[in-house]
Amino acid sequence: MTDNLMQTVFGRLSLESLPFLHEPILLGTFIVVSLLGLGLVGVVTKYKLWGYLWNEWFTSVDHKKIGIMYIILAIIMLLRGFSDALMMRAQQAIAFGDNAGYLPPHHYDQIFTAHGTIMIFFVAIPLVVGIVNFVMPMQIGARDVAFPFLNNLSFWLTVAGAVLTMISLFVGEFARTGWLGYTPLAGLAYSPDTGVDYYLWSLQIAGVGTTLSAINMVATVIKMRAPGMTMMKMPVFTWTAFCSNILAIAIFPALTAAFFLLMLDRYAGTHFFTNELGGAPMMYWNMVWIWGHPEVYVLVLPAFGIYSEITSTFTGKKLFGYSSMVYATVVITILSYLVWLHHFFTMGAGPTVNSFFGIATMVISIPTGAKIFNWLFTMYRGNIRFELPMMWVLAFMITFTVGGMTGVLLAIPPADFVLHNSLFLVAHFHNTIIGGVVFGLFAAMVYWFPKAFGFKLDEFWGKVAFWGWVAGYWIAWTPIYIVGLMGTTRRVNHFDDPSFQPYFIIAAIGAVIILIGILGFVMSILVGWLKRDQLKDVTGDPWEGRTLEWSTSSPPPAYNFAFTPVIHELDAWYDMKERGYERPTTGFRPIHMPKNTGAGVILSALALVMGFAMVWYIWWLAAVSFAGLFIVAIGHTFNFKRDYYIPAEEVAATEDKRTQLLAQGA
Amino acid sequence: MVVMNPTGDIAVQQRDLILFSTGVMLLIIVPVLTLTVWFAWKYRKSNPNKIYDPNFDHSTTLELIIWTCPLLIIIALSAVTWTSTHLLDPFRPLERIAPGKPIPPGAKTLEVQAVGMDWKWLFIYPDLGIATVNELALPVDVPVHFSITSTDQFNTFFAPTLAGMIYAMPTMKSELNAVLNKAGDSWGYSGNYTGAGYSDMRFKLRGVSQADFDKWVAGVKAGGKLDTATYLQLAKPSEKVPVMRFSSVQPELFDKIVNQCVVPGTPCMIDVMRNDMMRAAGKKAPHMEGPMPMGGTPTPALEKAPGDKGSSPNVTKPRDAHPPGQHKPGDPKNRDMSALSPFRSPGAPRADQA
Repeated sequence: MTDNLMQTVFGRLSLESLPFLHEPILLGTFIVVSLLGLGLVGVVTKYKLWGYLWNEWFTSVDHKKIGIMYIILAIIMLLRGFSDALMMRAQQAIAFGDNAGYLPPHHYDQIFTAHGTIMIFFVAIPLVVGIVNFVMPMQIGARDVAFPFLNNLSFWLTVAGAVLTMISLFVGEFARTGWLGYTPLAGLAYSPDTGVDYYLWSLQIAGVGTTLSAINMVATVIKMRAPGMTMMKMPVFTWTAFCSNILAIAIFPALTAAFFLLMLDRYAGTHFFTNELGGAPMMYWNMVWIWGHPEVYVLVLPAFGIYSEITSTFTGKKLFGYSSMVYATVVITILSYLVWLHHFFTMGAGPTVNSFFGIATMVISIPTGAKIFNWLFTMYRGNIRFELPMMWVLAFMITFTVGGMTGVLLAIPPADFVLHNSLFLVAHFHNTIIGGVVFGLFAAMVYWFPKAFGFKLDEFWGKVAFWGWVAGYWIAWTPIYIVGLMGTTRRVNHFDDPSFQPYFIIAAIGAVIILIGILGFVMSILVGWLKRDQLKDVTGDPWEGRTLEWSTSSPPPAYNFAFTPVIHELDAWYDMKERGYERPTTGFRPIHMPKNTGAGVILSALALVMGFAMVWYIWWLAAVSFAGLFIVAIGHTFNFKRDYYIPAEEVAATEDKRTQLLAQGA
Repeated sequence: MVVMNPTGDIAVQQRDLILFSTGVMLLIIVPVLTLTVWFAWKYRKSNPNKIYDPNFDHSTTLELIIWTCPLLIIIALSAVTWTSTHLLDPFRPLERIAPGKPIPPGAKTLEVQAVGMDWKWLFIYPDLGIATVNELALPVDVPVHFSITSTDQFNTFFAPTLAGMIYAMPTMKSELNAVLNKAGDSWGYSGNYTGAGYSDMRFKLRGVSQADFDKWVAGVKAGGKLDTATYLQLAKPSEKVPVMRFSSVQPELFDKIVNQCVVPGTPCMIDVMRNDMMRAAGKKAPHMEGPMPMGGTPTPALEKAPGDKGSSPNVTKPRDAHPPGQHKPGDPKNRDMSALSPFRSPGAPRADQA
């Protein structure tokens, strides 16, 4: 009877669900996390920052602040995801022969699942969305995105998903299925515990955020461009952000549907993906990869845009082949839908189907190759300044080209038969994602940091970050390519053959070097902040930029542009500078802006509670929080105080301050 | 590097394909990498001996070249892909046993049925009436045809020395045609993660001469029988399973595994489907009655009474007393299918565990 009552109230949550009571690794983590958390809360309380954070950041609908918050979330989650990576590398480096290593399969399997899930959903996506959020509206001369409140809600939903994933570290378990939760393993019959439910609910909640954000960005590009900026005068980064978000809108529903059907299997007893009663586990693989393959282009296209902007800026040249760059982006966007089956050539779809998908995959390398050549010929006859962002671009061009080559190799079905699910494959996708996406995002953070905060990052530590990542990448993943060719498969936590061991030890050393890179980046922010007076930029244009975001101050005022710019040429800011543009100092008018709202935070908190309740079968709490979601969402539509005007005097005061600063600098 | 040094004709052709395509791609990769480094060096800011042309942003000739070069490479690779995908299709019967060595007339193909189980491989030699676990012996230069399935998870059948991998999936049958050209021992795996015991789901692949193969078969014939009861015991999840040999095997066991009807009295999926289709066509056919395959389906979360929700413990703690190998879908004990050991310090030997 008491059991019944307890389980009605707490579902399947009980004291034994708390692993840190008996698991030393998690106990240590829990203590460190709690201390850090308490310390942070203490500092915020001591300096009375709660009001500031709530009013200026959490409830903000300013695209720049939301972008920065996305990036902070991603960096925190990167530390978590990378700890997982280090633990895996350590396990594989020692678990040979009689040595079982220090992680039992039950723990190791959660770690590789969490690593993949976190790195894609809570590091790569938030970083890309954050940078697009911060940069794109300014590049098109807009004052905010099309739906400012939706932007805030998207961010907090992503946070809710990330928090739910992190809770699984200390309450219950995470999935042990691999980062895509393949059926039938992820079905209720084989994964009855909370892991897969955590996985599904965190990604569903975060996925709603990502979908809404993509809709928002596409609407922004279509509707909010400054006068004169035709599609073919948009900066390349805006183009790639546009295509990437169109892609996201098209694919995320497939993932949401796949997860929803799997949820029905687990909660309502349907048989979409079970082995029995007509279920088709293969269908889940198809649906997940219809999302999954385009997803890598969702991530890498904005990175391509970043490389284009940086190359053009630091070579002091127009981008070579702008229109072929744009067409290449569009072609990649379309083709990326037609290749998903290459993730399971070995399921026996037959040679004709396999050839089609293999060739479609290879065709993508044509526009990608053209892009590489375009960057190459942008450098040709340029005047290259090797500042940090440009160094990242060069590292990308070399690393990514190799990853592209192994990718085409994997696209040939008979070659894939021996390389599929091997560590060669794992090395390939880390090669493209680290070399393509991560390098680009670091380049972007270094490049746009002065725009966001008004000072550059510390250069020495920036170089430590750069060399740590680049050298670490090659040292960590070259041996993995080799063991892949030795026939080792992925997700193995113990090996019998001692001849692999030296390679895994080298890989582990590489991972430590990457760690130095990550810490170097954190240091470059800290040291940069300490030396912010020396590294200060008053011009707003520290790199001799070419696009509109460099025309405004650093950090930009809330309204971005006192007057909406009028665009005549590609590289609008460069064009304005060439024509001897003079900053207007009078005639300011009130500016119409969206108002902050706490609804996004509240809705996301309710979504988080509902997700947690569903994971633990606490039905009453799920029902209450769902009703709450519904009521707050409807209530918010009656909030008519959603905009305000920045008075002309305030605009004038802000702009005058900048005029003075510019005069001092000159 | 076993993938680069295989002993089976199919794997050798797959290796050659990898080398060939890498070579073709290097035709473009090497110039690109060289140009990248060269341009970066030549057009650096501190170099006074360079042409700086800030408005150079278009050249029709260059654009043609940069789209055409990758296109040509991909056309070449596509042609290779199309032909090789058809020629090396795992379902396609072999035409030769080695380069220049066609299959001798009258040569009999060896039939092997492979079943991926949690977490071991069962091999049935239907023509010889024998079965083995985690050991696959193949006579050299004899074409082999594999029929492949799995009991409940998606595995891949992967013997890198022999041929590329192909999925082993429950209720489905995949095929693989291959041949081994050299005697010698190597390993085979499952390439797709299937749960806790996956890392040790390996089998020994033994390439032997025909004479040694016959001797081996005779040796296997001396072992026990694989009857239904033994099979059902074997089908339960278990880890690090030693080699097992069975002198006789229930006829049509493989087909029953594919149709999920090894348990006596369980209707076979193929019959259920046929009857369903007949009824759909308006013909009379009996409803199939009998126990669900694999003991039924789990109670979904929303249908659980509060008392049945159980607790979801974190089982990285020392395992409970109940034995591994529960085979009830949805049973919370499935979480503990794997033999979990208490936390061990790094480097502790695991010999006691085996």
